[in-house]
Amino acid sequence: MAKKSGSKQKKMNARVDFTPMVDMIMLLVTFFMLCTTLIKPQTMEITMPSDKDDLKQENKSQVAADKAITIILDKDDAIYYFEGKPDEAELHKTSYGKNGIRAVLMSKNAIAQKKVKELKAEFAGRYSANVAQDKKNKEEYKKRLSEIKNGDDTPSVIIKATDGASYKNLIDVLDEMQICSIGRYVIDKIAEQDKIKIKNLENGGAQ
Amino acid sequence: MGRFKIKKQDTFIDMTPMSDVMILLLTFFMLTATFVKEEPIKVNTPGSVSEIKIPENNLLTIFVEKNGKVFLSMDNPVGQRKMAEQMVSEGKLTLNAEELKKFENVPTFGTPLNVTNSWLAMEKAKQTDILTKSPTAGIPCDSINDELKIWVEAARTANGDNMRIAIKADSKTSYAVIKRVMDSLRGIHEDRYNLITALKAGEN
Repeated sequence: MAKKSGSKQKKMNARVDFTPMVDMIMLLVTFFMLCTTLIKPQTMEITMPSDKDDLKQENKSQVAADKAITIILDKDDAIYYFEGKPDEAELHKTSYGKNGIRAVLMSKNAIAQKKVKELKAEFAGRYSANVAQDKKNKEEYKKRLSEIKNGDDTPSVIIKATDGASYKNLIDVLDEMQICSIGRYVIDKIAEQDKIKIKNLENGGAQ
Repeated sequence: MGRFKIKKQDTFIDMTPMSDVMILLLTFFMLTATFVKEEPIKVNTPGSVSEIKIPENNLLTIFVEKNGKVFLSMDNPVGQRKMAEQMVSEGKLTLNAEELKKFENVPTFGTPLNVTNSWLAMEKAKQTDILTKSPTAGIPCDSINDELKIWVEAARTANGDNMRIAIKADSKTSYAVIKRVMDSLRGIHEDRYNLITALKAGEN
């Protein structure tokens, strides 16, 4: 009792002002938000035929010239294709996109396309919430897909480009390979006779 | 004397929940941050339907500009330093410790070997300026003087088999240039690489 009669203890305010801290953190969040790249660019993986001798044989047999479709890219977004051996086949002009080269490749690859569609339908219903199961499914899907892509039904494609073609043309064609589920394709150097063929076709068309 | 005392409103707002959320956000962004690398050239990559993501680390990017200049960039400074050290040990470049340090921190490089030293000595702004504007910038990769080969080989030796190579080229680049780059890579038996593309918008 005697104590209480003395000075009254003032209650300390336990609240801390957070405003400056929040200010700072807001600033930092904004900085990180602006500086991060959340979207990673896409990429395509390609394997080029090697110069190594031991691999050469294998690659050669992979793309047998007489059964392959050859696609030639030229300047001003021109695109040509022919089937089979270069000295016998007739060159056709086509265009990029859905109704051009894709239609051609789709018709050549109809069997594999159908299989891919079936595979997709099969796996579409198999979504699993279980992460491990989902991963397993994906792996199986990948394996089956590559089996179809490299099967006997799919045609081989040789892509050739003249110096006038642009990088975009090349990517577009590589893209078509993916859309049309073609697993076997190579990028090759253009031969003189291909150039002559294009010239002949263009001249013939002009007349 | 007023009997009713108006209670003074407390204007103090409790900031604790807000700062909690903020700190959470901050941590998230800090941990997921991969910083935009400074690129001296504007490269518009063509679109594709490919959904493979670019590898996380140990990536050597070959930039090919619209006009055909070629630049290189390693995704982490340590790898870039190792590559330079390899070049020095092969006697292709002569860099002292200070220059190595500088080289480690340049985001993208691409000058002929013989002017690399003088390029490194410049200020940052000047370096970028040279890369973008000078007609002699870019790593030579023609059949007579193929320095790209030397660089990529050094990077491969320094960074091991896990290193991936990616080509980032402008969609308007002529195929002739791409072919030169691809031929260089083929010449040193680098047959697997990635082509960086953007996500294709529309049309399917």
